[in-house]
Amino acid sequence: MPIKIEHLGHDYAKGTPFEYRALKDINLEIEDGCFVGLIGHTGSGKSTLIQHLNGLLEPTSGTVYVDGRDIFNEKKDELYKLRLRIGLVFQYPEHQLFEETVAKDVAFGPRNLGLNETEIDDRVREAIENVGLDFDEVKDKSPFELSGGQMRRVAIAGILAMEPTVLILDEPTAGLDPAGRDEILGQIKKLHDERGITVILVSHSMEDVGKLVDKIIVMNDGDIEYFDTPAEVFKHTKHIEEIGLAAPEVTYLMQRLKETYLEINDSIFTVEGAVDEITRVLELHDQNPSLASAQETGDADV
Amino acid sequence: MFENITIGQYYPTDSFIHRLDPRTKIVFTAAYIVMLFVINNFWGYLAAGVLLVVMLVTSKIPVRYVFKGLKGIIFIIVLTVILNMFMTQGDVIWSWGFLQITKQGVDTAVKMAIRLVFLVVGTSLMTLTTSPIDLTDGMEACMNVMPGIRKYAHELAMMMSIALRFIPTLLDETQKIMKAQKARGAQLDTGGLIQRAKALVPILVPLFVSAFRRADELAVAMEARCYRGGKGRTRLKQLVYERRDVITYTAMFIMIAVLWGSRYFPLDVLPTWLRG
Repeated sequence: MPIKIEHLGHDYAKGTPFEYRALKDINLEIEDGCFVGLIGHTGSGKSTLIQHLNGLLEPTSGTVYVDGRDIFNEKKDELYKLRLRIGLVFQYPEHQLFEETVAKDVAFGPRNLGLNETEIDDRVREAIENVGLDFDEVKDKSPFELSGGQMRRVAIAGILAMEPTVLILDEPTAGLDPAGRDEILGQIKKLHDERGITVILVSHSMEDVGKLVDKIIVMNDGDIEYFDTPAEVFKHTKHIEEIGLAAPEVTYLMQRLKETYLEINDSIFTVEGAVDEITRVLELHDQNPSLASAQETGDADV
Repeated sequence: MFENITIGQYYPTDSFIHRLDPRTKIVFTAAYIVMLFVINNFWGYLAAGVLLVVMLVTSKIPVRYVFKGLKGIIFIIVLTVILNMFMTQGDVIWSWGFLQITKQGVDTAVKMAIRLVFLVVGTSLMTLTTSPIDLTDGMEACMNVMPGIRKYAHELAMMMSIALRFIPTLLDETQKIMKAQKARGAQLDTGGLIQRAKALVPILVPLFVSAFRRADELAVAMEARCYRGGKGRTRLKQLVYERRDVITYTAMFIMIAVLWGSRYFPLDVLPTWLRG
């Protein structure tokens, strides 16, 4: 389901003294199977934007096309059907758990899809295992006796069990420890690779976004600043800092190294990529000692 | 869904009424409410209405905004009118089976409706022009001069300010949870009564969980700052009466005199059912 947005604008609390323009003029096209990172500082309009994609918020102006259809021009139940195919995981999704048991809570979405019981059971088991939990261990527990990280996983499983074609996650790793963060992101990546679903990941962390996504959307004050591959976006380190964000630490390292090693490629945003690039340059230097002599006084011993 | 609730919602702008001391506004509103029930004829209501319009204009709050608050209580007004119309004994002017409308019934119904409307508009005018913090400061100050509840004044005011503080938070939270469940395919506005009631479970359970969590967090945060009630507590902002407060108190006494006086002028130019 390709998503296309044209001149989207959204005002909150229109007609009151609290009126606030959250989105100005958004134009965007997301292809099928793309893994997109959406970044921007707090209040830049990220959450507002993603709520338009499944019709939870109505635009003040502009149109949203999903699958080529203008979703706000459809009948109510068409919009409802569409919403079921676009999974939206809100921030702190563990706050939406309500059932007596984990299995029942995860089954809420599939049940709304109108599936039969065996199919629901299959999906619930699969979704819970997909987020790295042991189905038999947690299924009869109350979601409220789980740890914060486990609750988060259960909540995400609740969306995965609906098997959406487009999966949108609003800061799924906020407040998790590094191990939990890596695991959840790894599982999302795996799902994306295996099922070929479109994933939109809202995040503050350039590290996470940099190594996972195909394309990055950078938002600032209700506008899109960049929509490009990570390599292209992180070339604009300075502007990204100006709008209250930062490039991955490793990109800064590479940029510093470039001051000494001119031939190094500094648009790198993963630790693995950095290791390869540094090795390559060091080997190059070993082969041509003449290259290094003038430069090695700098920060060479990384 | 929540856009219609204006009670307890501060409308920030700058006007004579906004700048008044909260104590003045509370006393004035209380006097106004009492007077609404003292009035017993058309002239009184006219005067009270004119006063309300004057206050509305002075407050610089869009009329539309004030009357939005009325939408929520239309049901109560209609119910009051119907009950009063049919249940009051007196001279029957219309009857059908066991139902009958009396002259006195119509009279009370109209009066009650006017009173309710004035009451709601008057009180929402106070909450619209006073920030919640000022409001509770004012309430605390007013309670401090009342012998009976003096002991609990601070605690009551604190409870009230916390409650007021959390109304918007919980409304936000409700909206968030509703959206989250909608994203999971919950249908909140379709189906029969039982289905709709059932659809509320996925919203109410997380809402209560979150309310308790917030209460707990707030209590811990207050204890961490050594909060121990009102004893010996100083305040950042002292309430001080200004010239405008004196003017308002004077206006209040004039209002009381006029509205009370209106009881003695039931003029004959009116249809009988409006007379007291």
